Amino acid sequence: MRVRPKDPWPRRTVDWLVKNLFSSWFNTLLTLVSLWVIYFTVTRVWRWATETAVWAVIPANFQLFLVGVYPRDQLWRFHVILGVFAVLTALSVAAALNRDFGRKAMRWLVTPWLLFLPGSMFLLWGLPGSETLPHVQTSSWGGLTLTLVLAAVGIAGSLPIGILLALGRRSSLPVISVFSTFFIETVRGTPLVAIIFMAHLMVPIFLPGVTIDRVIRAMIGLTLFTSAYMAENVRGGLQSIPKGQYEAAQALGMSPALTMILVILPQALRSVLPSIVGQFISLFKDTSLVAIIGLMDLLGIARSITANPAWAGLQAETFLFIAIIYWIFCFALSYGSQRLERMLGLERPS
Amino acid sequence: MSDNREQAARNGGPAGPGSGRTRVRPRPARRIRWDDPTTIWRIVIQVLFLAVIVAVGAFFYRNMTESLRSLGLTFNFRWLKLQAGFGISEGIAYDLTDTYGRAFVVGIVNTVKVVFFGIVFASVIGLVGGLARLSSNWLVRALATVYVEVFRNTPLLLQLLFWYGAVILKLPPVRQAVNLFDRVFLSQRGAYIPRFMLVEDIGGWRVFFIAAMAVSVAVYFYRRRQLMLQDRPGFPSVWALASFVVLMAGGWLVLGSPVTVDLPVLQRFNFEGGLQLTPEFTALLLGLSAYTGAFIAEVVRGGIQAVDKGQREAALALGLRPFHVQYLVIIPQALRIIVPPLTSQYLNLAKNSSLAVAIGYPELFNIGTTTMNQSGQTIPVFLVIIACYLSLSLLTSLFMNWWNRRLAYVQ
Repeated sequence: MRVRPKDPWPRRTVDWLVKNLFSSWFNTLLTLVSLWVIYFTVTRVWRWATETAVWAVIPANFQLFLVGVYPRDQLWRFHVILGVFAVLTALSVAAALNRDFGRKAMRWLVTPWLLFLPGSMFLLWGLPGSETLPHVQTSSWGGLTLTLVLAAVGIAGSLPIGILLALGRRSSLPVISVFSTFFIETVRGTPLVAIIFMAHLMVPIFLPGVTIDRVIRAMIGLTLFTSAYMAENVRGGLQSIPKGQYEAAQALGMSPALTMILVILPQALRSVLPSIVGQFISLFKDTSLVAIIGLMDLLGIARSITANPAWAGLQAETFLFIAIIYWIFCFALSYGSQRLERMLGLERPS
Repeated sequence: MSDNREQAARNGGPAGPGSGRTRVRPRPARRIRWDDPTTIWRIVIQVLFLAVIVAVGAFFYRNMTESLRSLGLTFNFRWLKLQAGFGISEGIAYDLTDTYGRAFVVGIVNTVKVVFFGIVFASVIGLVGGLARLSSNWLVRALATVYVEVFRNTPLLLQLLFWYGAVILKLPPVRQAVNLFDRVFLSQRGAYIPRFMLVEDIGGWRVFFIAAMAVSVAVYFYRRRQLMLQDRPGFPSVWALASFVVLMAGGWLVLGSPVTVDLPVLQRFNFEGGLQLTPEFTALLLGLSAYTGAFIAEVVRGGIQAVDKGQREAALALGLRPFHVQYLVIIPQALRIIVPPLTSQYLNLAKNSSLAVAIGYPELFNIGTTTMNQSGQTIPVFLVIIACYLSLSLLTSLFMNWWNRRLAYVQ
């Protein structure tokens, strides 16, 4: 119920301006300084972007950015994967919005989603020796594809390991809890670069005779690192479960394992879902570190493009382009995480 | 289960608030009951777990020694005394003939240098950014939001490479360096800032300094007591700082300046004098500070917003000015919430300094990888690197776990 009619338009704008920008002398000063800063940077950047910047480097290497050096005749696989992704997303959105059949439809969709990641990786990998689906080495995977694959495998692998580590840390068996704590704290105290380097150099030392792919070594490093952080997130969730849940399950005659799987973990994971999504965002950004061991992920491709004599000195343009790609993904994920928090009712009261 | 209940009844209930008991009665040492299947299971599981770990460890260890033997090396730490044979572009005194151990020390000093200044700058940027995000000025709020969202959602390595390749290396050459008030010069060979050095005969100044400190501390306590007696809110540190400045200015007039300034001056090929910051150091410092500052800004904002709104309303109702409300009521409470995530951001900054390996700044990790390549001793070098980073992180983790246990949901 409106108490009084809204002021006519010119008055409203002036009121807003005065309240937000010029309410006190200090505020006025801040506004003027900010306006000057904006003017300064925008004019400089605009002049650079329209006059001195060479933007041709981006369309010329567009395919490199997206799929790396994947063989050109096999690009249809990406179209298939994108198509399946679009169909699954459309169905999921429709199921979420539909009140009548939504629940049942979502249950049907779980299996396809779980099979999506291994299926698409298998499709990209191909079958060795086959004619229709020739094997493509992971050294040819690159660009945004490699980044997405590394991030997805990292989060998928770290979730079970992280849960096990968190449970191990809280275990009443001293050997297991000491070992889990030692592992978690050691991995968390080491920089990710060091762990990726270690995985890169030491996997061949520890497993001689077996040549492990460079991409798989990077995946091992990323998964180990993320699982330690995931363990801490899950432990926070486990700590927040009231003891009554354990007692009620015990009163119902459930074994400890059943209690964990059916009662405790669903609640714990639901409460730390925002942290898990946050971890995924960090992992997505951290996949860029594999450029240091020479893998051609999005950042690695950008570096090799700027090292190319044909495109020398164009760091600003290429790095800006991939920064925008990273930003779009990370911002979308964090926005989705905020919506998820609101949906789950976990938002902190403001 | 029955004897637990009897024990608890004998104790008169669990200790804790409201029970009247503050100390738990010491429990008798747990005896291993060999007839209890649960205990047997627990022991068996742990023994099996240990056996698996030992077996896997032995397998890896054997593979490792075999691989090293095929390279003609053994697992040892004697390489620390060997001559390094590679140069380090910046840092404390070091030359090619020094040992690997010395090279590591240089790396650690370089890391501490960049981490220390990075923490200082990041904290300042984060504090300003967090407060700006909560400003009543829409423009300031928008700018702060743009800054935080841009720098948080892009990878740090990308930002570092951008600062290094697209900003620092694109600065003009030394001859046409960017000139800031004839004191600070920016060029593609780095930043040149004035250097402050204490004069030779500092004796008189030392006395003055101690006297000024003593007087300002006395003024602080005097002002604090005065405010308390008058029952007024205020900041006694303002008077203390003012008296300190006045006394130091008086000393300046009487004794002359205690510091001499060494300004960078453009000579034929380079600047002479002053402090030269290499482009790698500058890029790393700027990149780390900007990135971590964005995260700290979010932490600060979260902390301030988490303080109950009623606190602000009550303080305003008591007649405190908005400035006093912010700095006497809100921020001290917000600090309690800010400190834990702030510590982990500092740790992240320390660990992220290892990304300098991509720019070429000779910090700990960079020197470690060079040592690895030269000596071939990958695993011992890694152990040293990890030990250095761990000794920093473990101390903080211990403290935070103790704190977490105190905050845990106690039933």
